[in-house]
Amino acid sequence: MVTGLINENPIIYPKKERRVRTDSSNTDELAAEPIDQLEIFDILSLDIKDPEHPYSLEELKVITEDSVEVDDETSHVRVTFTPTMEHCSMATIIGLCVRVKLMRSLPPRYKIDIRVAPGSHATEDALNKQLNDKERVAAALENPNLVEMVDECLLPSDE
Amino acid sequence: MDLMEKNLELLEVQKLEGHTDRVWNVSWNPVSAHADGSLPLLASCSGDSTVRIWEQSSLSHSWTCKTVLEESHTRTVRSCAWSPSGKLLATASFDGTTGIWENYGSEFELISTLEGHENEVKSVSWNASGSFLATCSRDKSVWIWEVLEGNEYDCASVLNGHTQDVKMVQWHPTMDVLFSCSYDNTIKVWWSEDDDGDYQCAQTLDVSNNGHSSTVWSISFNAAGDKMVTCSDDLTLKIWAADIAGMHSGEGYAPWTHLCTLSGYHDRTIYSAHWSRDDIIASGAGDDAIRLFVDSQHDSVDGPSYNLLLTKKKAHEMDINSVQWSPGEGNRLLASASDDGMVKIWQLATNP
Repeated sequence: MVTGLINENPIIYPKKERRVRTDSSNTDELAAEPIDQLEIFDILSLDIKDPEHPYSLEELKVITEDSVEVDDETSHVRVTFTPTMEHCSMATIIGLCVRVKLMRSLPPRYKIDIRVAPGSHATEDALNKQLNDKERVAAALENPNLVEMVDECLLPSDE
Repeated sequence: MDLMEKNLELLEVQKLEGHTDRVWNVSWNPVSAHADGSLPLLASCSGDSTVRIWEQSSLSHSWTCKTVLEESHTRTVRSCAWSPSGKLLATASFDGTTGIWENYGSEFELISTLEGHENEVKSVSWNASGSFLATCSRDKSVWIWEVLEGNEYDCASVLNGHTQDVKMVQWHPTMDVLFSCSYDNTIKVWWSEDDDGDYQCAQTLDVSNNGHSSTVWSISFNAAGDKMVTCSDDLTLKIWAADIAGMHSGEGYAPWTHLCTLSGYHDRTIYSAHWSRDDIIASGAGDDAIRLFVDSQHDSVDGPSYNLLLTKKKAHEMDINSVQWSPGEGNRLLASASDDGMVKIWQLATNP
């Protein structure tokens, strides 16, 4: 059993200053605003912390605004994340957290694809396959230990 | 009868609500659909750990939930299959067990629980005579169970060979040959040469025989059993053929060869494909659509080809996990199951 952390000294990046959203001239309050990249990035960056450290995925540059590709019209989102280390075994948990967070935050019509940034992980293909096999994801989320780990990472931030 | 000439439509007959989580699989009772006296039955199984039995009323022709099989499986029920006699229902669950239920008319009783797999059971299938059952699991193995008297089920064989999670098992419709497909991208054919119950892997269909390049989710045979369709995460359907006449007359194993690949029609994983008795292939995919394909009947130099008959977009609100044609004659009913928690019944009909 590994007693030390996988990544003892992560690099912490400053949190991005949030772009001020201009007041929409759309006065129809009932019109649903299309979901965009910034909104999804906010969902992911603020509320998911790394499994090993009390920092958000944004602060560790595991995800950036450019990590998110979204097309609200076709209800597609793809998130590309960069584990802090090439052999990071926490990558599966991070990927699972991202998926669960999106599943809980986006409308059910959304198709979600998660992948690691090309070249950022030793077992990239195997990892991507596992993260996008919904039957495997469903079975994993029925495992109480895994669910506990995921919920730990998805605890709402205090700010 | 050239289906392409007719103006066909897939009409929604009814939406069956009740499950409280995604529905993974549907299975039509093979007997009740055309036996006198008994009403058509459909089984569905779900992430809510239950199985629902739906029955069609002879008066109103509408479907209602006759019974809910609950408090047995402790986790997702992934797949369900009726025995050829229609009297038994097998249910495969993520809890690692396979339940066998007996249909006592108004009630269902759990008569046996098959244990042995190390983790989630993904699929269960009965052979044509109902004398064997097969199950498969994320533990990479395929198990064959012998059906004995007195509700006894004996493990007859544990088949190892797949290198990853096995997604589905399907017995051949006329011969005791077993097929399995997996996360390892292959399809394996298991056969007992001396018919002595000693099953071996007779063939593996992988990229080297024009096989799939990603997880294979489902296998379905045509009525004659000389063709099969497989579907995959690689976004294609593949049609395979074998000279089974030779096998029937004892000439030994007849290998399966790739006939054609249907690509460019799906842009999300295809979870299910089912070949109807009158040769229409239905597919259910992660883009919420149902597609129907038919043999083009214009054999070119390259071999047979298939045409897209129709696409039913947004057949469900979410991914479609299972499509199955009703075994009944002449009615062309299709059942579908989805992540949206619904089961739907469709009718393929000519547009007036």
